[in-house]
Amino acid sequence: MNISPGIILKGQHRIGNRVLFNTDMHIPGAQWTCLLGRSGVGKSTILRLILGLDTGGVFSGSFAATDGVPFAGRISYMAQSDLLLPWLSVLDNVFIGARLRGEAPNVDRARDLLHRVGLSDYADQKPATLSGGMRQRAALARTLFEDRPIVFLDEPFSALDAGTRADMQELATDVLHDRTVLLITHDPAEAARLAHQIIVMSAQETQNWPVPETAALRDINAAETLACQAQLLAYLRRSAA
Amino acid sequence: MRFWDTLLALLIGLALWQVLVIVTDAPHFILPSPWRVAQAAYKSRVIIAENAWVTAIEVVVGLLIGTVLGVTTAIQLAMSKTAERLMLPILVFTQAVPVFALAPLLTLWFGYGMGSKIVMTVLIIYFPVTSAFHDGLTRIDSGYRDLSISMGTDKWKFMRHIQIPQALPSLGTGLRLAAVYAPIGAVIGEWVGASKGLGYLMLLANGRAKIDLMFASLIVLACLTVILHIAVGMLANKLTRYAQGTPKP
Repeated sequence: MNISPGIILKGQHRIGNRVLFNTDMHIPGAQWTCLLGRSGVGKSTILRLILGLDTGGVFSGSFAATDGVPFAGRISYMAQSDLLLPWLSVLDNVFIGARLRGEAPNVDRARDLLHRVGLSDYADQKPATLSGGMRQRAALARTLFEDRPIVFLDEPFSALDAGTRADMQELATDVLHDRTVLLITHDPAEAARLAHQIIVMSAQETQNWPVPETAALRDINAAETLACQAQLLAYLRRSAA
Repeated sequence: MRFWDTLLALLIGLALWQVLVIVTDAPHFILPSPWRVAQAAYKSRVIIAENAWVTAIEVVVGLLIGTVLGVTTAIQLAMSKTAERLMLPILVFTQAVPVFALAPLLTLWFGYGMGSKIVMTVLIIYFPVTSAFHDGLTRIDSGYRDLSISMGTDKWKFMRHIQIPQALPSLGTGLRLAAVYAPIGAVIGEWVGASKGLGYLMLLANGRAKIDLMFASLIVLACLTVILHIAVGMLANKLTRYAQGTPKP
């Protein structure tokens, strides 16, 4: 795979006459960028915009990859809901992307990925038999199967219990270490732990938030991580008020 | 448990019927007793079976054709916004015409044989199947759509791999309704003009004051409908279990 490109996004998004956000954002390549901001500020809209999905508004401005190659076919996407298809086995879910493109799926690679996320024993089971954390791991394997340089994660861990969430964060950091990852999260602790860059978004502006100097993935208990988390939380509370 | 409940309900029904016959003291050509009907059914078993077979074929063939047409239409409507805009009002409008009112016309066009009854059955189940399946196809979690677009699908593959499987429970709902309506369609077709079938036999028996035979035909028709209902219900449950990925309980 080529080196994962960064993303530059600059412009204004309007819904009717209302300005949803003004932004000038630089997302570095092959790193984890966490995007925070209160609900409704347009975080998911940014993902949808770049993915080419309907945003319910009009964007005036520009967005591009730093290598100048169009985004089509270069982004994979994982949401809060695992979106596993209940009628397919876990394995079939992993390579659903190939089916949806009309390609012959590489089953061995799908099995490898399931092994990597620790679900080898569940390959032939239906998603309904899996726990929430296992389902998100299957969704992660599906995201990896797409093998795209850019990965958009829209609160993928928010519905998990704390322990499972921490496990998933570690697994995702491991398997996505060479990709350009844009993670939307409401959790300052998650951002403080995972991010190479933190962007805090409000209707008026997007600002880069200082991240701890230690390398991600950071220790949850480290003083820098905790301090970053506390400051982020305080800021988010102020801006929501 | 369910079997015993059903048997008990059946016995209570028969008992009430017998009580009604005794209390009203109605002559047997107005309200025959259960026993008399059973005797008539046994005596006329061959003619009842022959006619029941005809009705059963009309119902099943009508159900199959109507389902295929309904499923195809629903997919077309779900694939094309233009088709949806143009066709849905027409479909709803045609439902305002009572299909029964068309029966004489259908007999005129398709003759006294099975053809007109099958067409009648198709017409009566086409709308519920189309409507239920179309509803299922279009009522889809937008997350699936977003994910599939990001994976680079086209609308045919999205339809095949995601929309159709997830709409199968809705198709099951439509089929359940169809199983109830289909025998009505066939019998009404037979009433209007036929030389075979349970509907024809009922009219014939009624005209000759053989009310016991008419009752026997009616009960056989009800049994056919119940069997069809159970079979289609099992199929619908299977479709739902498949779409939800849950094992047989």
